[in-house]
Amino acid sequence: MTKHLSLDANIADADGFYERLIRLHDGLSEAESQLLNAKLVLILANHIGDEQVIAEAMELARKGLGEALTPTT
Amino acid sequence: MPAHAYRRRPFRPAPEQQGKTGRGGVAIVGGGPVGLTCALELAAHGIPSTVLEEGDTVSEGSRALCWSKRSLEILNRHGVAARMVATGYTWNTGRVFHGARELYQFGLQPQGPQEFPAFTNLQQYLAEEFLHEAVERQPLIEMRWLNRVSGVEPAADHVRITVETPSGPYRMEADWVVAADGARSSVRRALGLDFTGRVFEDHFLIADVDVHAELPNADRRFWFQPEFGGGDTALCHRQGLGMWRVDFQLGWNIDREAEKRPERVLPRVRAMLGDHPMEITWASIYTFQARRLARFRHGRIIFAGDAAHQVSPFGARGGNSGIQDAENLAWKLAYVIKGLAPDRLLDSYDAERGQAADENIRITSRTTDFLTPRTPASRTLRDAVLHLAADAPFARALVNSGRLSTPTIHTDTPLSTPDGEPWAGGPPTGAPCPNLALAAPDGFLLHHLGGGFRLLIFLGEAAAVPPGIASLLEGLSIMPAPVIEPLLVARDAATAPVRTLRDGDGSVHQAFAAPTGAAYLVRPDQHVAARWRAPSLPAIGRALARALGMEEKA
Repeated sequence: MTKHLSLDANIADADGFYERLIRLHDGLSEAESQLLNAKLVLILANHIGDEQVIAEAMELARKGLGEALTPTT
Repeated sequence: MPAHAYRRRPFRPAPEQQGKTGRGGVAIVGGGPVGLTCALELAAHGIPSTVLEEGDTVSEGSRALCWSKRSLEILNRHGVAARMVATGYTWNTGRVFHGARELYQFGLQPQGPQEFPAFTNLQQYLAEEFLHEAVERQPLIEMRWLNRVSGVEPAADHVRITVETPSGPYRMEADWVVAADGARSSVRRALGLDFTGRVFEDHFLIADVDVHAELPNADRRFWFQPEFGGGDTALCHRQGLGMWRVDFQLGWNIDREAEKRPERVLPRVRAMLGDHPMEITWASIYTFQARRLARFRHGRIIFAGDAAHQVSPFGARGGNSGIQDAENLAWKLAYVIKGLAPDRLLDSYDAERGQAADENIRITSRTTDFLTPRTPASRTLRDAVLHLAADAPFARALVNSGRLSTPTIHTDTPLSTPDGEPWAGGPPTGAPCPNLALAAPDGFLLHHLGGGFRLLIFLGEAAAVPPGIASLLEGLSIMPAPVIEPLLVARDAATAPVRTLRDGDGSVHQAFAAPTGAAYLVRPDQHVAARWRAPSLPAIGRALARALGMEEKA
């Protein structure tokens, strides 16, 4: 059975998580913050592992931004 | 070690310039590694050829430095590989650094005894010298130096070629033309074929360095943001005869001429290799593109190597894929010329090596996107991967400093017969057979494969040839040409009417996932065409017909 991306609330302490995420960037320059976000994406994506779930997450994140993607070759 | 003495070859008037006219044969344009390998492979099939080379000596600089195991296996048929390994610098491990920190090492050699290393580094000019010696021993090859092809006119049943020489032009007619004349192919230009693709906006400095000091032996070393500076990335290889090869990524906006000068090159090299007496014997600035011809076959003109496709150099996929092109093309051309296969067999060269080119372009373009990020976001992600790689094993898998050349498995070729039963392993159809060690004195498996079609029949523990296999052998012996030579694979030398390869410890059976009685049909280029757990003569006949392009794909 293919797994799909879950969009239901899954983090018990939502406000606490969000606060930690913001505080993680405290004292960082713009470039360092970008780097931190990128590292976090890589770490979490690897933990999830499931390509279908990751693809659906990517699609959702991209929705409404810029032009539609051209398929990669 | 002094710089290579480039021996200049004299011009000799072609037979066509001495009043002789002859028609036909195979003309190979370009006397580099791909053209020479093609000529040698054709000669091994008994097909003569004429090699037209515009220069009077071998390639300048180390260029296609890293020769893969598969290239060595192919060149071993021509007595060249052992010498390449003996003269070259062998390596099986790559090391990747970020700044001063070593991120990880990767091993390339599989388990078990191996005839050839994963890679040997031999400067292209030496590889060419060795190939030329093999060509000189081969009476079926006519090597014409200082013969520059300026015109190519296809006709229905031949190709007319115009050749410029020091004593004027001449024309020759060939049945077939193999265009192995490199990235700036004159044949491609003469036919006006499009050769477009992606340009990567980055410059790389490449240099051959003769270091007059004994440096520790080194595997392939690659640096992101090297602590010694010199570029965004740096790559260092040891070559044969104590030479070194270095690459530095310089970026897009540079003064190409200035960066090539020794006073600019030397400080970079010293920072990397140490403050030793040294001499730069060759330096060049290059950019690269990923591009291919839409079709490699244009009637009687067939393109191979860089003339057909170009990739970035990270991964050693240029020269090595060219050698495989030559091997793939030569047996097909030989079978068609001998009337053993229809002309259509040559279309499978385009299908198979086109797939290989697409694969190589895809893989090397991914490397280039990692080395030369195109957007600020992709640079941030790249840097994130490098940051994580020291701590997180998963991130090391994302670090891409070049995915090194492995032979293409022709998964979708019309020449393969799909498996009729499930196989739990073994080389799949379309893959080259692994070069496994046999019990002495049989050497390695690939010594016994290639040239023609072979049927590997696995006897397992059986002490004698079972009746079913005996009747199969009898049937094979009376099949019409082209011949399939059966080879038994047995624990011991069976008292069989055909050649037997000794698999003393059963490792060959294991690697082929072969139960007793199973068989693999192997093409003249050592690739698997079909396999059966319980082979039958009609099935073998059908698979052979398909492997020769006589049958449409099911």
